[in-house]
Amino acid sequence: MGKWSLEVDGGTCIGSGMCTAIAPEHFRLEGDTSVPIDPSVDPDDLVVDAAESCPVEAILVRAADGSVVAPQP
Amino acid sequence: MEIRSYPFPDPDDLGVNETYLRLQREEPVSRVRLPYGGEAWIATRYADVKTVMGDPRFVRAPVMDPDRDPPRTMPEVPGISTILSMDPPEHTRLRRILAKAFTARRTAQLRDRAQEIVNDLLDRMEDQGPPADLMDALAMPVAITLISEMLGVPNLDRAQFRAWSDAAVAITAFTVPEIEAAAASLRAYIRDLVEEKRKHPADDMLTVLVTAHDDEDRLSEEELVSFGVTLLIAGHETTGSEIGNFVYTLLARPDKLAEVRADPSLLPTAIEELLRHTKLSGAPAFPRFATVDVELSGVRIAAGEAVFVDGLVANRDPEVFENPDELNFHRPSIPHFAFGHGVHHCIGAPLARMELQVAIATLLKRFPNLRLAGDVAIKKGRLVRGPQTLPVRW
Repeated sequence: MGKWSLEVDGGTCIGSGMCTAIAPEHFRLEGDTSVPIDPSVDPDDLVVDAAESCPVEAILVRAADGSVVAPQP
Repeated sequence: MEIRSYPFPDPDDLGVNETYLRLQREEPVSRVRLPYGGEAWIATRYADVKTVMGDPRFVRAPVMDPDRDPPRTMPEVPGISTILSMDPPEHTRLRRILAKAFTARRTAQLRDRAQEIVNDLLDRMEDQGPPADLMDALAMPVAITLISEMLGVPNLDRAQFRAWSDAAVAITAFTVPEIEAAAASLRAYIRDLVEEKRKHPADDMLTVLVTAHDDEDRLSEEELVSFGVTLLIAGHETTGSEIGNFVYTLLARPDKLAEVRADPSLLPTAIEELLRHTKLSGAPAFPRFATVDVELSGVRIAAGEAVFVDGLVANRDPEVFENPDELNFHRPSIPHFAFGHGVHHCIGAPLARMELQVAIATLLKRFPNLRLAGDVAIKKGRLVRGPQTLPVRW
């Protein structure tokens, strides 16, 4: 299975600490903004949980073929 | 190290008990003794509060464990868990069911409805003429109406519900049997509604929860009922109280009121600053527990020990906010913890912001001579603080 890509839209992120608490191995806070620790990861339900729980939908998870894994519309 | 009695008493105004601020300066991690369950730590600095709220090494579930005799404000260890006392992955499982309903995007779609509700309430207030109690005329009804409609609670008996909810968020303002009876009534009320949604599904959040239980097995029946009660209470006690708190603060501070009247585009920032500055929280709900040894401001918290934190105390940390006790609508950034931080970051934050903006902007625009018409007493002995009544004239 191919890698997933993680992106955080820094302009949208409000630094709620949601993703960094749900998936601390994938996100960390730099000041008040979350950043992916590694923008390319093996598929992991935790990054889907993080993206789906983000209050401002600032996290985008894509599959290797570019399709959106999370958040679902 | 001195062991202080906790919770510290609420001050008469909407400020922070001076003991918190002294501890923050002089003893940022200190020992307290609770009415039940013995001693705990309390951390007051922004950086430590952020760690306790956001770091997965701290968990909440032990507040439910009677064998632990957790430090607490009420005699009984809570017997029914809510999303507020859960940790990942259980917490994430529940939160994800409704996260979509509360995103900033979805909330923006409710703005027109919020505006309608506010307009209708203010029409009625104007028709009835001054003086009015703004808590009763605007603050509580706008918050209750919106969350009721989102959840799918029809024809709510508002007076009965207000009485139950007011007691359910009490710590010392009511007797323990009164508080328990109110909570039981709220559960029974939601339980009946859940049955109703089973028979007649609708486009609302209770139906989403029922479907998640019945068809997808994503939560238990008890979790469903708890979630409904929590959303209904948390969805209006906080926002309704803050509408009252912010209007009260503005009317009591003519200089600040003049600033937002002169430049209405300042209002969203003013609301963030009011969120930071207003001590909405009364007694603390419950602590977090360290799962491993953790150091906070040079103090070792041993695995298993409980730590109380309050984001609204962290909001007064001079390390992060210059002149923190000053209300300043021109701060360059306001990274406050009024909505918490980490997995329990308020799911309704975008909704609350939108309601506050619509309610306060519309009120100020329609009543250019709005002013206080009597003394205002702030409620005490509850989880959430706000004006008992807010008499105004115009």
